[in-house]
Amino acid sequence: MSNSTLSYASSKAAPRAIRDIRPPLLELRNLSTHYVSQQGTRVVPAVDDVTLSIRPGETLGVVGESGSGKSTLALSILRVLPTAARIVNGQILFEGEDLVTKSDSEMRHVRGKRIAMILQDPMASLNPLFTIGNQVAESMRVHEGTRRRAAWQRAIELLKSVRIPSSETRVTQFPHEMSGGMRQRIVGAIGISCEPRLLIADEPTTSLDLTIQAQYLALLRDIQREHGLALIFITHNLGIVAKMCDQLAVMYAGRLVEYGPVERIFDNPVHPYTKALLNSIPRIDGMRQRLTAIEGQPPDMARLSPGCAFAARCPMAFDRCRVEAPPSVALEENRTARCWLAVPEPPRAAVGVA
Amino acid sequence: MRQFVLKRFCYSLLSLFLLSVTIFFFVRVTGDPATLLTEPGASEADIAAIHQKFGLDRPLVVQYVLFMTSLFRGDLGQSFYYQTPVMDLYWSRLPHSLLLAAVAMAFSLIIGIPSGIIAAVRIGSFWDSVGKVFALLGLSLPSFFIGLLMILLFSVYLGWLPSSGSGTPLHVIMPAFALGWYFAAAHMRLTRSSMLEVLGSEYIKLARLKGLPQRLVIAKHAFKNALIPVLTLAGINLVLMINVAVIVETVFAWPGIGRLLYEGISFRDFPVVQGVVILGGAMIVAVNLLVDIVYAVIDPRIRLGS
Repeated sequence: MSNSTLSYASSKAAPRAIRDIRPPLLELRNLSTHYVSQQGTRVVPAVDDVTLSIRPGETLGVVGESGSGKSTLALSILRVLPTAARIVNGQILFEGEDLVTKSDSEMRHVRGKRIAMILQDPMASLNPLFTIGNQVAESMRVHEGTRRRAAWQRAIELLKSVRIPSSETRVTQFPHEMSGGMRQRIVGAIGISCEPRLLIADEPTTSLDLTIQAQYLALLRDIQREHGLALIFITHNLGIVAKMCDQLAVMYAGRLVEYGPVERIFDNPVHPYTKALLNSIPRIDGMRQRLTAIEGQPPDMARLSPGCAFAARCPMAFDRCRVEAPPSVALEENRTARCWLAVPEPPRAAVGVA
Repeated sequence: MRQFVLKRFCYSLLSLFLLSVTIFFFVRVTGDPATLLTEPGASEADIAAIHQKFGLDRPLVVQYVLFMTSLFRGDLGQSFYYQTPVMDLYWSRLPHSLLLAAVAMAFSLIIGIPSGIIAAVRIGSFWDSVGKVFALLGLSLPSFFIGLLMILLFSVYLGWLPSSGSGTPLHVIMPAFALGWYFAAAHMRLTRSSMLEVLGSEYIKLARLKGLPQRLVIAKHAFKNALIPVLTLAGINLVLMINVAVIVETVFAWPGIGRLLYEGISFRDFPVVQGVVILGGAMIVAVNLLVDIVYAVIDPRIRLGS
């Protein structure tokens, strides 16, 4: 524990060379998850050819519009997908094991135990008919065979650690007796109850009001530091990304359009979509500039053109963008963009997978 | 809240009043009971005497007023045929109807809930299709047809079960099954849809994400939530079962209130028909009133919206 705490604390400041020798905790290689209609006639590539990795203790932000495949990406990692969705290609390497090839019962021991997830709606993610204590203790009882009484004690401690006051009485209460912020902290407590290595938080703060949001983010960071957790943070709030994340993955229409260290992307975005996203957030550092909205609508995922999905809205698009999808281009170490503009001259020098 | 209950209660009384008017006049359209109580070719005087004895010679409105005044005293009148108070007949038959309804309800839940759960969990599978066919047959095949088929199979061919009457536990099996069949299909369909709704909820997703085994997700997290609407429906259906078993009780000669109603109709025994229909109506209206009130207690939106 102390080891990983140390590595987290040093991760932001550490020189690149030291960071890179640690093997990734999770590595997605060309992951594609498609929704297929019952007759198999309509295919929606919700996640298409995504390659990225996250190291122990690191925080990866995943941003993109609604429907860009962020949540499907998260659910793919845990393989808790709706029946219509299927992982059609790629690998999910977690601590060296490919999760795609695991059986469902093997996956059960990954879920909640080694990788946990927090859902976005705290009002709906707790079962209304069971006590808080029951639901917090449940994971420990299932994964670690903890006895009822011990698990209950541990649940009380966990609630304390997510700053729920008078947790001894709270464990005996039901979800409807709690506020939204409390419920989301309880879901967080469930997430960390079995000390996972990776926590995926799917827009955990969208339904909370601003002050509660800030508290919750601070809590998540403390938990992360304390347990040496890697964190995948799904959001559409770039402000949160700037504050919380080491790495950033920008998704558009199921594809990873830009990926790399947060500061580098914020300083020098390559993909026009990333640029547009960054231009659409107000700055508070005194520089007054025009906020620009992204023109047009996200594409119909069932009818994607053969070209770049962003071409129709892209101010810099040229002919090639509309007929041929750009490959993922490695810009520098651990940084990729999927744009023809990033392809160095001559274009055949493109690296990565088309 | 008090206003809400009062309003609902008045509506209930209004429904019962309309029911009493309807049944009172409609039952008199079926013909003259005197012709059934006398020998064929009886004299005019005999028939007139019977009319006078039962008060059938007075104007309809007077008969109705008399009927209603005694109803408010809890008196449903005398059966023309049995010559005993209708209330006594009703109370002697009610336990049989209750037994039949209870066993039929048990059947319908034992069949309906598990099959509904399987159909929802394995949606689109073979068992889901079997369930759909079962639900379609259950809701569309009339209970007398099921009853006759069962009598043919279990009584005539196999000789396992008595074809009619009451008295032993064996007697109740076939009528209860024939009565419960329709409700089993209804309960199955509601269980399936309610289960599907629950399975799509976020807390089920979280339960899966916690790594709980499928059976725990279904049996603990989904089952309890999915059961709430099913049990509500079952409660209402139980009252229905007591009161609508006319055909099943007739087919199996089961001595419940359904059979009493059938006899009443066959003999043009007006007080019996009126009594059974009004008491049944009162039971159903009371349960609906109760459900309305309970929902209002649970859900403040209903209470305030009224």
